[in-house]
Order: sequence, then structure tokens, then C-alpha cells
Amino acid sequence: MDTAVKKKGRKDAEDTQEIISLTNVSKAYSTGAPALKDVNLHINKGEFVFIVGDSGSGKSTLIKLLLRELVITSGDINVMGYDLARIKHRRIPKFRRNIGIVFQDFRLLKDRNVYENVAFAQRIIQKSGKEIRKNVPSILGIVGLAGKYKAKPKQLSGGEQQRVALARALVNKPAILLADEPTGNLDPKNSWEIMKLLEQINESGTTVLVVTHNREIVNAMQKRVVTLKRGVIVSDEEKGGYIDED
Amino acid sequence: MRINTLFYTIRQGLRNIFRNKSFTLASIATISSCLFLFGLFFSIVTNFQNIVKNAEQKVGITVFFDEGLEDKRIEEIGQLISKRPEVSEIHFVSAEEAWDSFKEDYLHEYADGFTENPLENSANYRVNLSDVSMQSALVTYIESIPGVRKINRSELTATTLTGINALIAYVSVGIIAILLAVSIFLISNTVTIGISVRKEEINIMKYIGATDFFVRSPFVIEGMLIGLIGAVIPLGIIYVLYNIVMEYIIDRFPMLTNLLSFLTVHEIFNVLTPVSLGIGVGIGFLGSIVTVRKHLRV
Repeated sequence: MDTAVKKKGRKDAEDTQEIISLTNVSKAYSTGAPALKDVNLHINKGEFVFIVGDSGSGKSTLIKLLLRELVITSGDINVMGYDLARIKHRRIPKFRRNIGIVFQDFRLLKDRNVYENVAFAQRIIQKSGKEIRKNVPSILGIVGLAGKYKAKPKQLSGGEQQRVALARALVNKPAILLADEPTGNLDPKNSWEIMKLLEQINESGTTVLVVTHNREIVNAMQKRVVTLKRGVIVSDEEKGGYIDED
Repeated sequence: MRINTLFYTIRQGLRNIFRNKSFTLASIATISSCLFLFGLFFSIVTNFQNIVKNAEQKVGITVFFDEGLEDKRIEEIGQLISKRPEVSEIHFVSAEEAWDSFKEDYLHEYADGFTENPLENSANYRVNLSDVSMQSALVTYIESIPGVRKINRSELTATTLTGINALIAYVSVGIIAILLAVSIFLISNTVTIGISVRKEEINIMKYIGATDFFVRSPFVIEGMLIGLIGAVIPLGIIYVLYNIVMEYIIDRFPMLTNLLSFLTVHEIFNVLTPVSLGIGVGIGFLGSIVTVRKHLRV
């Protein structure tokens, strides 16, 4: 029955092109107030969505739920046809291979060079040596780091490190890219370059979710903006802008 | 698993070893010292057991017969004794043989003065036991056989040897158990530190979609390699040390080697090598797999 439900779920997702679906999702931690309350969020394949909100608004919790790092307390959560409330532990790795993730602090392996950092993602999904040698240089070319494949992370600027992280997230060709404050540690010039890359990636068909505080970027890019406040979605607008707290 | 994934995993395991040199060295030193003590103890204990075993075999009993007993009856008595399970060896010594051996041992040229065999009634069976603790039961049985006149035995030697044997068994089991417990505790600690250093890497792997097996493998290989190195080092040291000590004993105390029979280094290492390697690799495997498992639920 489980499989039947899953298959049906997958089919629905394909029909509607819905890739992420949260219905009445709540998440409460064992201590304190709920982190997310009654969240309804539906994202279609190929969308570019900003998730904005102050710290404590539930953005990080949302990302963790989408990665199945956390389990919802109630409601329904479906990503790429996977029912994340019921998914078995051993199936989680396969599910996560559909999602690329980029963090504010890059999280590169400091002891390995650019090439190895990106190849690492391919090795994890057990690509052959031949494929790795083909895919890694190609993705490094896309993010503009083809010439620096031998450099160690500490020899790179913040912007370059974020590109390496982006290349690592994209090399496995994920359907969804989650970017958690990708410009949080970057200057405006580098921030814009990263955002342009994200837009380019989105144009090639990848669904992109960007969690950010960067008002200027959100307002300028005219994409869908979902605003969270104390665990509740307070606004969800096509071509929206950054809503001020007050 | 793909071949290149396997090689990658082994390469990562090797890299881990060099990446955290101080933790690796601490782990190797811990396993090495425990297995060194184990090897040392094993060498001493097995030698001691060998000495005791040889002494046991030398502790026999001598069975004498009634005067003028027929050869046929003597043969029957021999058959009855050899049927007993605790008997390892039975040897008939005729009166002539007894006298010859006595002459050779004690009289030498003075024996020429004897024209008759003074040990005429000294034909006997020398009986060796496989288990010295069964001596008194055997003696009671043989005494009950008609035709048996007298039995010579050494009660004190028998009980002492039995006691020493039991003591060695208890002490060795106890000390080895303590050493193993200490090793496992220390290795688990070291692996925990090693993993906490690489927690970030494990997290990234999990986010990208690495399976538990893929995340665990390099750490497990690292643990097993550390265990292997930790076992080879003390084996080498003990090999050299054992030869030196044996040469020293043979050189300085030749008397001792006549009394006590020591095992050769090969006899010791036939058992010590597989056991030490097994314990080393086993501890590395267990310590790492248990510790990595704790950090996998991302």
C-alpha cells in the first residue's frame, strides 16, 4: 500500500509539476514554542523562490524539513514524490541526491583542493572515474573556476569559495537547489555574481529556493517571495519584495 | 560497491590516518602497549604452562608386583592400568632393566662387585598421567588390583602442579580481560575524538546523499589499519625481545634449560601472531564502527 500511495503521489506531482508540497505543516521542538505553524507551501518545478524572514522566523527549520534532517510534527510534506514524514531511514540518502545545498559558510573540505571538493559529491553517489573526470571540469567551467581547480579553499576569496560550493551542489544535477543565506558572507559584488549564477541555473530547469536576508537582492530580482514570521507564512507573492518587519 | 568506490574508501581511510597524526599515534600507541603486555604475558604464561605440562608428564607413579608373580598376570595388570583414561603412557621395566639403569645412574664402575641382581623383585610399570590431578584416584584403583604389592608416587608434586596450573589459568584470564577492556575503552575514546574532528565532513557527506555505509567505511578502514599497525609493532618487539631473553638464559643459566623446557619463538608466534592481529584489527573495527554509528543520524 505504501508503494501505491507513493506512486500515486509521484504521479500527482508530475501532473501538476509540483515538486515541493507542504500542507498544514507544523514543527515543534521538544522545548519552547513551535518553530513552524500550519505552513502551506507549494512550489512547482522550475520555480525560483526566495524565503525571507528574520532570525527565529523558521527559515532554518523549513530548510531542515526539506532535507529531511528534521521530521515534521504534523501535516504532510512531499518533496519530489517522497513522503518525508514516512520515508525510511535507508532511503534518505537516495532522496537527498535530488537536492543540492549551499550554505552561508560554504562548508568546503579545507584539506582538499577545488577539484576534489567537487569530485567528492560525485564519489558519494558512486560515479565512475571517467564520469567524474568529465563532469567536474565541466561544472567548474560553468561557475567560472576552471583555472583554479588545484587551489585549496583558503587560497580563494569568499565569492570563489561559494562558487566551489555551488559547483559541488550542482555537479550531481539535482532537481532542486537549496541555498541557505548564500550571500551572507559575501560583499555586494560577489553576492550579485552568485545570484546571477543561481538565476542561470534556474533557467536551465533547476528549481531554486534561496533563503536570504538580502533585501536589495530580493527587491531587485522580482521573483516569488515567501515571507515567514514566527513560524507562519505571512505573505507569498509572485514578483514580490522584501517585507519590512514593522 | 564499485571498484573505484572501494579504492576511494581505502584511500580515504589511509588519508584519515595521516590527517590526524596525533590521534592516530595515540591510538596506535594504546593498542601497541596493550598488545605488547598481552604478548609478553602470553609468552610467559605459555612457557610456564609448557614447563608445568612437562613436569606433569615426568610425575609418574611406579607400580611394583607381589614376589614371584607370573608374567601373564603382570601383563594383565598392565592392560588394566592402560585402559584408564587418565593414563597417558605405561612402560614396563624388567628387573634387569631396573638394575641396569640403577648401575648407570649411581654405581658406574662400582657395579662390577655385584654378581646377582639385587633388584630381583623390582620389575615395575612406570605410569605417566595425562592429568596430574587424577593421581590419587588412579592410585586407589591400582592398589585394589590383586598382585600389586606397592605403589611409589609423589603426592606433594602432584597437588602443587595442579594448584599452579589452576592459578595460571585464573590469573591469565583475569589480566587479559582487564587489558582488553582498557584497550576498547581507550580506542573508543580516540575514535570519538577523531570523528568529532571530522563531524563537519560527515555532515556534508550526509547532505549530499552518502549512504551510511559510504560514510562509515573510511573510518572503519582507518580503525582496522590502526589496529593492524598497533598489533604488528608489539609483535616485532616481542619477537626480538624473546630471542634475546632466550639467548641470555641459555648463555647464563645452562642448568635451567636442562630442568625447564622453554618454547621456541616459532612455537610462541604460531599462536601469538594470529591472536594479536585478530585482537588489534577486531578492536579497531569494533571501536570505529560503534563510534561512527553514533554520529550518523544527521
